[in-house]
Amino acid sequence: MTHTTTDEGTALLLEPSALPARTRLLKTLLRSRELSVAIVLLIVVAAAAIKSPDFVVSSDGWRDLLLTPTILLLLAAGQTVVIITRNVDLSVGSILGLSAWLTGELFMAHPGLPPVLAFVIGSAAGAGLGLINGVVVAYGKVPALVITLGTQYIFRGIVLTWAGSSLISASQMPDRFLKLGTAQIFTIPVLFIIAMVIVVAVGYYLQTARSGRELYAVGSDPEAAVLYGLPVNRRVVGAFILSGALAGLAGVVFAARYGTVNSSAGTGIEFQAVAAAVVGGVAIFGGSGTAWGAAIGAGLLMTINSALPMVGISDFWQQALVGALIIAAIVLDRVLAARQARKLIEARDES
Amino acid sequence: MDSPPQAALQLAGVSKNFGPVAALRSGSLTVQPGSIHALVGENGAGKSTLVKIVAGVHRRDGGDFFLDGQAVDFGSTAESKAAGIAVIYQEPTLFPDLSVTENIFMGRQILGRMRRIDKATMYREAGKLFQGLGVHIDPRRPALGLSIADQQIIEIAKAISLDAKVLIMDEPTAALSGVEVERLFTVARRLRDEGRALVFISHRFDEVFDLCDAVTVMRDGSYIGTRPIAETTVTEMVNLMVGREVADLFPKQDTDIGDVVLKVEGLQSAGVFHDVSFTVRRGEIVGLAGLVGAGRSEIARAVFGVDRYDSGTVSMSGTAVPARNPRAAIRSGMAFIPEDRRKQGLVTDASVAENIAGVIRRGLAKGGLLTKAQENRAVAPWAARLEVKTSSLDAPAKTMSGGNQQKVVIAKWLATKPDLLIIDEPTRGIDVGTKSEVHRLLSELAGQGLAILMISSELPEVLGMADRVLVVSEGRLTADLTREQATPETVMHAATASSGSQEMAR
Repeated sequence: MTHTTTDEGTALLLEPSALPARTRLLKTLLRSRELSVAIVLLIVVAAAAIKSPDFVVSSDGWRDLLLTPTILLLLAAGQTVVIITRNVDLSVGSILGLSAWLTGELFMAHPGLPPVLAFVIGSAAGAGLGLINGVVVAYGKVPALVITLGTQYIFRGIVLTWAGSSLISASQMPDRFLKLGTAQIFTIPVLFIIAMVIVVAVGYYLQTARSGRELYAVGSDPEAAVLYGLPVNRRVVGAFILSGALAGLAGVVFAARYGTVNSSAGTGIEFQAVAAAVVGGVAIFGGSGTAWGAAIGAGLLMTINSALPMVGISDFWQQALVGALIIAAIVLDRVLAARQARKLIEARDES
Repeated sequence: MDSPPQAALQLAGVSKNFGPVAALRSGSLTVQPGSIHALVGENGAGKSTLVKIVAGVHRRDGGDFFLDGQAVDFGSTAESKAAGIAVIYQEPTLFPDLSVTENIFMGRQILGRMRRIDKATMYREAGKLFQGLGVHIDPRRPALGLSIADQQIIEIAKAISLDAKVLIMDEPTAALSGVEVERLFTVARRLRDEGRALVFISHRFDEVFDLCDAVTVMRDGSYIGTRPIAETTVTEMVNLMVGREVADLFPKQDTDIGDVVLKVEGLQSAGVFHDVSFTVRRGEIVGLAGLVGAGRSEIARAVFGVDRYDSGTVSMSGTAVPARNPRAAIRSGMAFIPEDRRKQGLVTDASVAENIAGVIRRGLAKGGLLTKAQENRAVAPWAARLEVKTSSLDAPAKTMSGGNQQKVVIAKWLATKPDLLIIDEPTRGIDVGTKSEVHRLLSELAGQGLAILMISSELPEVLGMADRVLVVSEGRLTADLTREQATPETVMHAATASSGSQEMAR
C-alpha cells in the first residue's frame, strides 16, 4: 500500500499503524488534551510561585496545593464516567453533603469506629443513591439532566431535614479520623494519595476493561450500542453507581479534611465537577475523554481559584476566567472535532 | 416449495402485521450454503420486514423459519447473532469515537492478563481480518469519517469474526461507487466460496446477474417466485416484480405547462451534491428519482433553505431566494412536505385545525390573539377541498390514517397559497387504497397551476405522475427525461450510473 499522505496529522488519523510504535505514542501524547491542560496548570502554578514562592515551597503551601483539589478529583472522575455514557450527574454535591453528615453522625454515635469503615460506609451510601439515579435514567428513559436535577434537591432536602441548622464540629469527631485530613507521607497528603489512586484506577478501568470500553460505546452512539447487543441499561446504571460511590467517598474526605460539617456541605460543587471534566477533554456528548484528563481539569480549576488572588486578580475576574476556560474548552472541542472530521472526509474524497 | 433440508436459511409463508397494516403476507426464502441469493422487489414489497424477522428485530406472526434445518424463533438481535446471522445494513451504525478494531470487537474484546483488554492482539486480529477480505483499512484509525463502503467492510469483518453462517446485505450498494461495489463483490464471492450463505438485496439488476446464483422475487408482501439466475432474464424479473401495468395506477391529467417557477442553478454542497441545475414550471410535476442515499432529499432541503449549500443560486419566478432561510423560502412561495411527516411535518398531538393553521397562524391572529373559531374558519375550506376524512377538525392528528395525515400536511402548506410544492416521498407508509387519492390530489393541484417537485423512490409513482423526471445518482443529476423518454430502464440506468461514466442521458 502506498500512501502519499504528507500531513502527519492525517497520517496519525488514517494510518496510525504506519507510524513506528514510539512515534505514534509520542504524537498521540503530544496532541492529547491531557498534556495541554497539564501545561496550563503548570503555568498557573509557576506564575503564582514567582509572585509568591510560599504558594509552592512552604510546607503549608505545598500541602494546600495538593489538598485543595482532592475532593473535586474524586467527583470529576465519577462525573467523567457518567458523561462518557452521554449522561450527566448533577446530584453529586448533595450526595457529598449527605455522606459527610452521615460520617459525622456515625462518629458521634460510635466514637470507636475505625476510619476505614467510615470510608466504606460513605461510599456505599453514595453508591445506593447513585443506583436510584441510574435506574430511573436507564429504565425510565428520562434525561439524566432532569432526573439528577431532581434528586439533587431531594438528597439535599434529606440532609436539611436531618441536620437542621446544627453543626458537627471537630470536637465531635475522633482525632484518628481528623488526623487523616492533615496526615502526609513524604510530604504528600494521604487524602490526595487516596484520590490519585482512585483516579488512576478509574482511568485504567475505562481504558482496559470490557465494561469500561462499553461505556464509551454507549455514549458514542446509544442506538448502535443496542444493535451491538450491549447491556446499555446496565452500563448506565453502573456509571451512576460509580459516580455516586465516589461522591459518597468525597463526603467522608470532606469531613476528614474540614473537621466541620453542616447541611450545606458540597452545595454547587456538581457544576465544578462537570466543568473539570469538560475542561479536561471529556466530550459533553459522550464517547470520548479520560478520567485522567478530568482530574487534571479539576486540578486546574481549583488551583486557579487559589492562585489568582496571589497574582492579585479580583474575585470577579477569577469567576469570569473559569467561565472563559469552560467555554474555550467546548469551543476547542467543536473546532478540533470539525477539523478532524473534515480531514478524514477530505482524505476519503482524495483516495 | 420443497427444498433440500440442508438449506442454511429457510422461511416459508412468514407473515407480519403492524397494527392493521400487513407488512408481510407470505414471505418465503430458501438459501443454500455456499451461494449468494438475491432478494428483489419494489419498495414496500416486504423485503426489509423479512430481513428484520431473520435478524430478530421483529417477531413473525405466522409461518415457518428454519436455520440449518432447525426451527428457530428470535426474540432479539442478540439471539439471531448468536445463531450465526449477520445483517449488513445499507448505512451501518458504528461508534464514531472508537477505533475500527474496537468497533469490530466491542462487547467481546480479546482479554489478556487479569482480564484486561489485549489491544495488541486485537489490532493484529483486525489486521488479519482486513487482509483476508483483501481491503486496506488501518485497524487503529477511528471509525469517524469512514466511507459507507468501508463501514460495510467493518460490519462484514465483524460478521466474519463472529463466524456468521448467514450474511444478509440490505441494499449494500445503494450508496457505493463503481470501484467500491467491485470490492464488495470480491469480498462477497470470497465468503460464498468459504461456504457461507449470503442474501443480497438490490435494485440493480446488473448487480444481481453479476453476483448472485439465484433470485427470489417479492411483491406486495408475498413470495412470487424463485429462479436460478442462469435461467431468468431482466424482463422476466421486472414482470414478476411489477405484475401490473404502470400507467393504469397513477393517472396524471394533462395540464398546460406555464412559466418557470423554480430555477436552480449550479447548486453545490461538498460531499453531498454537485452542480445541480433544473427548473420547475407552473402546472408541471417534476419527479426527482434516484436510489436511496443519492442526495435527492438533501437537494430539496437545500433548495428550501433548511440545509446549507456552498455555491449556486435558487430563484422563484425570477427573484433570488436567500440561502439557509426557510422563512424566506416560504415567503417566496415555496412549500415543503418532508418525508417523515410524523416527525417533521405534523404535530401529532395537535388537532387537525391547529396543524393546518400551523404555517399561516401569524396572519390569523387579531390583535395578537388567536381563537379556535378563527382557526377553524380559516382551515375549513382547505380540509374540505382535500376531503380529509375526520369526524371533526378538533380531532388530534394522530388518530388519523397515514393517508389522511398526509392530506393534512398538504392542506397545511396549501393554506400558504404556494407557487411551488416540494414533496418528499408523498405516499410512503400509506396503504395502497389511499395512495391513488394522494396521487389524484397532486395531479389536480398541478392542473390548477401549482408547480410540484416530487421526490419518490417508487418507480411506478414517478413514471405515472411526473411530466418530467430528473434522475440523481451520487449527488449529480444524471438524466432529465420527458414523460415519453422515461421508462423503468432509462430511469434505473441513470440512477445507477456511477461517477466513472458520467453522461447526461438525454
